[in-house]
Amino acid sequence: MSTPREFKYVGTRPIRHDGVDKVTGRASYGADVAWPGMLHGAVLRSPHAHARIVSIDTSAAQATPGVKAVVTGSDFPETTAALALGEAAIDLRDISESMIARTKVLYHGHAVAAVAATTFDIAKEAAEKIKVVYEPLEPVTDIDRAIATDAPILHPTLKTKGAPAGAAGPTNVASRLELKRGDVDAGFAEADVIVEREFRTVMVHQGYIEPHACIARCGEDGRAVVWCTTQGPFVVRDASAAIVGLDPAHVKVIPSEIGGGFGGKIVVYLEPLAIVLSRKAQRPVKMVMSRDEVFRATGPTSGSKIRVKLGATRDGTLVAARAALWYEAGAYRGSPVGAGAMCALAAYKIPNFFIEAYDVVVNKPKVAAYRAPGSPMAAFAVESAVDEIARELNIDPIDLRLKNANREGDQAPYGPKYGPIGLEQLLETARRHPHWSAPLGANQGRGFAVGFWFNAGMNSSATVTLNADGSAAVVTGNPDIGGTRVAQALMVAEELAIPVERVRPGVGDTDGSGFTDVTGGSRVCYATGMAVIRAAEDARDQLAARAAKMWNVAPDAVTWQDGRAIPPPGTEKAEPLTVAEIAAKMTHTGGPIVGRASLYAPMAGPAFGVHICDLEVDSETGQSKVVRYTAFQDVGKAVHPSFVEGQMQGGAAQGIGWALNEEYIYNGDGVMENAGFLDYRMPVASDLPMIETVIVEVANPLHPYGVRGVGEVPIVPPLAAVANAMRDATGIRFTELPLSPPRVLAAIESATRVPVGA
Amino acid sequence: MATVHLPSGLTAFTGGVDSIDIDAARVPELIAELRHRFPQLSDHLDGMAVAIDGEIYQDPGYQPLRADSDVHLVPRIAGG
Repeated sequence: MSTPREFKYVGTRPIRHDGVDKVTGRASYGADVAWPGMLHGAVLRSPHAHARIVSIDTSAAQATPGVKAVVTGSDFPETTAALALGEAAIDLRDISESMIARTKVLYHGHAVAAVAATTFDIAKEAAEKIKVVYEPLEPVTDIDRAIATDAPILHPTLKTKGAPAGAAGPTNVASRLELKRGDVDAGFAEADVIVEREFRTVMVHQGYIEPHACIARCGEDGRAVVWCTTQGPFVVRDASAAIVGLDPAHVKVIPSEIGGGFGGKIVVYLEPLAIVLSRKAQRPVKMVMSRDEVFRATGPTSGSKIRVKLGATRDGTLVAARAALWYEAGAYRGSPVGAGAMCALAAYKIPNFFIEAYDVVVNKPKVAAYRAPGSPMAAFAVESAVDEIARELNIDPIDLRLKNANREGDQAPYGPKYGPIGLEQLLETARRHPHWSAPLGANQGRGFAVGFWFNAGMNSSATVTLNADGSAAVVTGNPDIGGTRVAQALMVAEELAIPVERVRPGVGDTDGSGFTDVTGGSRVCYATGMAVIRAAEDARDQLAARAAKMWNVAPDAVTWQDGRAIPPPGTEKAEPLTVAEIAAKMTHTGGPIVGRASLYAPMAGPAFGVHICDLEVDSETGQSKVVRYTAFQDVGKAVHPSFVEGQMQGGAAQGIGWALNEEYIYNGDGVMENAGFLDYRMPVASDLPMIETVIVEVANPLHPYGVRGVGEVPIVPPLAAVANAMRDATGIRFTELPLSPPRVLAAIESATRVPVGA
Repeated sequence: MATVHLPSGLTAFTGGVDSIDIDAARVPELIAELRHRFPQLSDHLDGMAVAIDGEIYQDPGYQPLRADSDVHLVPRIAGG
C-alpha cells in the first residue's frame, strides 16, 4: 500500500538529461545513422484498395544496375504465431500480411514488394519496374457497407469471435462484445428525459513527426542487428524474428531516439523487410518511409459509428444507458472497440445499461494503437449525450456529472470495483476553477467533458549501477518518449539520496537491458518506475551490506537513514557512511554494485481527466478557434510535474486536432486523398492557446509513490469538450467529426435558412 | 470460494450463468474449472484479462486467490 511520504527529488523539475542533445540536433533518430556498405530500400505499394494478386514479375527490377535484392510476400514464411504483448496478443500472421501482401491487397498502399539498391532513387525506380497483375475487387471503405449483407468479404475465413455458436460466416465483423447490467428497459421506463443520438468519427493518424525508419544488417551467420525508431525494441525483436523465421536470440534491436509514437510505433512495418533484404544482399539496408507512406500504410486509429441512448430522472440521476459501437479495424481485425465499450460509461454510476461492440474490417490500413485506444470516440458520443441531458434538465454540466460520478468502491461497468479514483476531486476542482465561471465573449461557447483510461502494467526490468564516485546509472528497455528517463533518474535519486544530476538514465537495447514491454499504455513511469525503485532498493541493500563489511558487523544490523548507512549502536570507530563513501570502497568489499529488478505489474489503476474548452466560432466561414482550454487530471503522483503537464497538453492538442480538423479523406475507390500534412490538417502551435493544466493527485495504492500513469487520458475528453463548446456557441449539436469549417458552415447555414414559402 | 463474474457476452456459452463460486487457490485452477464446467466457454477464455479483488492482470499467470476473492473476467485492453 502506498503511504504518504515526503519526497526530496520526486516532484521537482530538473532539466531532462537528454535535453541538450535533442535541442541541439545531436540526438540520433531512426533515419540518422549510416552503416558502412549500406543499401537503401524502397517499397512498391498497391494502387488498389482491394484486389487479388494474379502475378508478380520482378525480373526487370532484378536486372536494374545497382539493385542488390528484391523481396515479395513469398520470401516470408507463413506464420500462425501470436506474440504476447502483455496488453493483447499480436497475431503475427496479420502483422506479416499487413506488412507485405501475399495473395490479396487489402488497402491502398499495401506493400507488395521491396527493393534494396545502392541508392534510394535506384531502389525506387526499380520497384516501379515490378509488374504486378491485379484483379481489382470492390473496396469496402466504411462500416455501413462492411456490415451490409451483400458486402464484399475481405477475409473468406473470418468469423465473428464472441458471436453465439452457429453464427453465419464469412463476415467482415471480426468480433462482438457486450456488457450488461440491470434491466435496461425498466430503467428507461423510469426516465423523465431520454437522449438518443448516432455519432460518427473518421480515421485519424497519430501524426508523429518522425516517420518510420530503420537500418538492418544480417550477416553470413544469419544473425541480425536492427536500429530503428520504436516504442518497443523487444516487440520489434520478437515480431521480426517470428516473421522472417529467425531465432529471437539471433536478433538484436537497438532503439534510436523516437520522434513520437503515441501507440503507432509498436507494430513492425519496415524492420522484417529490411532484415530479409539485408539477408539476400549481405549488406546493411536502410529504409525510411515518406510521409505519404506513413499515412497510407501505417496504423491510424479507427473510424467509428456509435449509437447512444441515455435516460435520466428529473433530478439528473442517470438511470439507463444503451450503446452500440462499431469501429473500423482496417484491413485486419483488431480495432480497439472493446476498450471503447469498457470506457464508454466508466465515469458514471448507471444501474441499467447494455453495450454492444463490433470490430469491423474495411479496406483501409490496419489500425494501430493511438493514445487510450478506443476511448476518445466513445467519450465523444457519451459525453455529448450527457451534455444534452444537462441542457434538457437545465442542470450545470459539472453538477450533473458529480451527481452520477463513480467513486471508490463503485462497480466499474466492465466488472471490478474501483479502488481509489479521483473523478469526484477532479469535478470539484474544475467547478471551483476560475475558467468555469469566466465570462464568455461574443460567438463563444464553453464545453466540458470527462475522459477515462485504464493505464497498463506488464513486464519491466531495470538495473541501477553504482559508480566508484557515488554517482549511478539506471538502464531500462523503454525508449523515452515523454520524459521517462528523467523520471527514472528522479526515482533513483530519491531512493539513494544522491543528486538527480548524478544519476545517468539510459535506454538499453535488447542485449543490454532486461526484457521490458513497450513504452505505451501509460505504463513506463508506473510499471518500469516500480522496477527502477526496486532496483535502487536492491542497490541500497547491497550498499548497506558493504558498509556492514567495512564495520565488521552483521548486514541486518545496518540501518539506512537519510541517504546514509547507520552502524548499530556501540560499533567502535564507525561513523555513518554515504553512498559515495561506500561506493569508493566497493572493489575492496566485494566488487561492483548493481541493483536489479524485474516484475510483472497489474494494470496501474484507472485514471480520469476532465477538460474545459472555450471555442469561438466565425458564423460566416465556419472556422472555429479554441480560445481557452484547461485540462485537469488525476495522475496519482507527478514524479516530474513539467513532463506530466506536457503530456496533458500534448494529449489535449491531439484531441483538439481530432475534433476540429483531422480526417482521412477517401475517394470512392478507397484511395486516401490527403496523405500529407498540407492537406491532413493537424493543429500547430499558432492554432492553440496555452493549454492550462491542473494536476490532481489521488495516490494509486499499487505504486510506492502513488503513480497512476498519465500519457493517454488527456486525449480522451477533447473530442466531446470541443463538440459541447460548439453546441454552446452555435446551438447546433454536431454528431460527426471533424468540426471542420465546411461542415460547421453548412450546419449553420442550414439552421438559419428560412424555409421556402415561410 | 472465489466468486467469478463473467461479462454478459460470455453467458451465451454458459447457459446464461453470469457468476459462479469456484474453489480454487490460484487463477490457473480457476480457469481450468471454468473450462471443465463450461466447455463451450473454453475458446473464449484466452483473450481475457482477470481482475482479482479490483486489480486487473492482463496476464494473470499464477496469481493466488483468497477464499473470498471477487474475480471478474475482463476483455484485454491495448494501450498506446
